[in-house]
Amino acid sequence: MDSDDDFISNMSSEEDMLPDDSDNDMSNYEDYGFDDEPDAYSDSQKETGHGKKVAYDFSFKVYQPSDIQKQQDDLINEVNMILDISKEEAAILLRYFRWNKERLIEDYMDRPGQVLDAAGLSQSAAGPPKIQVIPGFVCDICCEDEPGLESFALKCGHRYCVDCYRHYLSQKIREEGEAARIQCPSEGCTLIIDARSLDLLVPQDLTDRYHELLHRTYVEDKETLKWCPAPDCQNAVECAVKKKDLDRVVPTVSCLCGHRFCFGCILNDHQPAPCELVKKWLKKCADDSETANWISANTKECPKCNSTIEKNGGCNHMTCRKCKHEFCWMCMGLWSEHGTSWYNCNRYEEKSGMEARDAQARSRVSLERYLHYYNRYANHEQSARLDKDIFHKTEKKMVQLQKESGMSWIEVQYLNSASQALQTCRQTLMWTYAFAFYLARNNLTEIFEDNQKDLEMAVEALSEMFERPITELADPKLKVEIMDKTTYCNKRRVILLEDTAQNLAEGKWTFNVEFSGSAANGGPSTRR
Amino acid sequence: MASQKRIAKELTECTSSPPTGVTVFLPKDSDLHRWHAILDGPENTVYQGGKFGLVISLPTDYPFKAPTITFATRIYHPNITNDSLGNICLGLLKPENWKPSTRLLSVLEAVRALLVEPLPDDPLEARIADEYRSDRKEFEKTARNYVQRYAKGPPKFDSSENSSTAHEGDDKKGGSGSGTGGS
Ligand SMILES: [Zn+2]
Ligand SMILES: [Zn+2]
Ligand SMILES: [Zn+2]
Ligand SMILES: [Zn+2]
Ligand SMILES: [Zn+2]
Ligand SMILES: [Zn+2]
Repeated sequence: MDSDDDFISNMSSEEDMLPDDSDNDMSNYEDYGFDDEPDAYSDSQKETGHGKKVAYDFSFKVYQPSDIQKQQDDLINEVNMILDISKEEAAILLRYFRWNKERLIEDYMDRPGQVLDAAGLSQSAAGPPKIQVIPGFVCDICCEDEPGLESFALKCGHRYCVDCYRHYLSQKIREEGEAARIQCPSEGCTLIIDARSLDLLVPQDLTDRYHELLHRTYVEDKETLKWCPAPDCQNAVECAVKKKDLDRVVPTVSCLCGHRFCFGCILNDHQPAPCELVKKWLKKCADDSETANWISANTKECPKCNSTIEKNGGCNHMTCRKCKHEFCWMCMGLWSEHGTSWYNCNRYEEKSGMEARDAQARSRVSLERYLHYYNRYANHEQSARLDKDIFHKTEKKMVQLQKESGMSWIEVQYLNSASQALQTCRQTLMWTYAFAFYLARNNLTEIFEDNQKDLEMAVEALSEMFERPITELADPKLKVEIMDKTTYCNKRRVILLEDTAQNLAEGKWTFNVEFSGSAANGGPSTRR
Repeated sequence: MASQKRIAKELTECTSSPPTGVTVFLPKDSDLHRWHAILDGPENTVYQGGKFGLVISLPTDYPFKAPTITFATRIYHPNITNDSLGNICLGLLKPENWKPSTRLLSVLEAVRALLVEPLPDDPLEARIADEYRSDRKEFEKTARNYVQRYAKGPPKFDSSENSSTAHEGDDKKGGSGSGTGGS
């Protein structure tokens, strides 16, 4: 990184996602004391408004297509000036050196001939190639020889008719998605087609695609850059977190398009679980789906009258339509036992859960343990999806609500915030269960479970309020309650993530699987 | 279609001055995009004395897309599938390597070169490649056996005929005493 100050001042951060920065008060947490560490963590730590460092935060920056273009142009111009070669050639050299300008200049100064050859550039001083009509020319690809046939050759002199050249280029670009390494069509010739020659030969739509592909290679060639995986998003994210850091940090970034993803593995936000455990977990879920497919999470039987009940909202408070029995979707236990003060649905407690849960799994403790976590994981995954549906429906209701209550569009936005909070928090909750599955008990797991419980309780409460009928939503008192609960959910999520990330960074967790960041594996240097 | 002229020219080249040990012809009722060739097993190789049928298919986009070549005759070789498909792995024909100026003459030469010198590091048949590296004697024995069994006499190009002859070679080790089984 050239300048930390510059880098940090420009960056977006996780906090931008929170509705109100003042809620994000981390000042009761200690300074984690990374200052004396000269590795990636020290410069990726972020100052919050309170001057405290947030362990799970780190710097990243989102680039839009124009930024990405500018970075390339700047590098190309620089090399063009320093080495006194054309811009097209500078671009080809830079791509060959994967945009490592310093190495390119050094190598070129040492042995220019070899570098040009290897990168697929000609050493001839001939002028820029152009389309020509040459008497007696026979195209070696199509074997046409009609008089007046237009032809083209790169500096290597391998000449083909313009039609063949076009056909060749369009196939490479359109069908093979190739751009940076398109060679002369001649067998054995390694000369690379430059952008200027391409512009001469093919129509605009193809050159656009070509530049788009070049764009891709620029991002793909750099370890610190990754494309936002959201469909149709053209942005790239820069982050300094390296592969080797992934056992200590979950580098979650958020794109300008709103998509949040893990820079380490490109999957959707999976905090607090580290990439390695996420990979293990997803593999396990895929492997075990056969044995465990009875958990098809969408329908369950009422524990009282056995009629089939389909879950149709994000809330876990179920009421059987037939017998009016009220129960919890997750543990199948009585809802009345899930009072606000006593809530045991997040923890695996064999005694209380056993009776209500399905008998099929009882004989297999390890499967049951897995299913316990899997059910909760799958439940939140599904609820997050349903909450999204509900939001789309609510959006219509928001319009109605405006008409009936006289509230403005701005004034009904609190529902939007609540919906977003529900999804974000469920996403986090979902991964807390995968994380917990691999967690071996130590003195920290209880705090983790308490945090998980607090967040889960808040989310279920918010989810329930969120699903109330439109007439109730018009009540200003409920509006305040929803807004408060939304804020509270976001706050609990931050606290949970903060706590988990801090322990991860310090290597304090122990896991029941092999994990490179585990405290059991000798522990990290940061422990003091 | 521009490619017709090129294909016609190449066919003339290949039939009038073919590469060593290869005979190229257009099968009955075929269009210009499907050729047959007979490849003589190169001398001083385990394939010597064999006659191998090759099917050459030229895609509509030829020469911008690479041709495909398959062995119609069973052959025991690390880079050719040991089945009735006879698929062949040739670097030259991979999309990222193919150049529209490449001629079928050089493709056929490359196929022949592969019989002279197999490339066990880029195999289609991993087991045969292993054997080629670690037990050359056994490899040669089986390969010769295959020649005796499949590659004698004029090659058959009909795929149904080919698969019926392929049947008896289904034991992967091939040629390890045909009568010892359950009879
Ligand atoms: Zn041509
Ligand atoms: Zn050339
Ligand atoms: Zn995006
Ligand atoms: Zn990840
Ligand atoms: Zn019921
Ligand atoms: Zn419950």
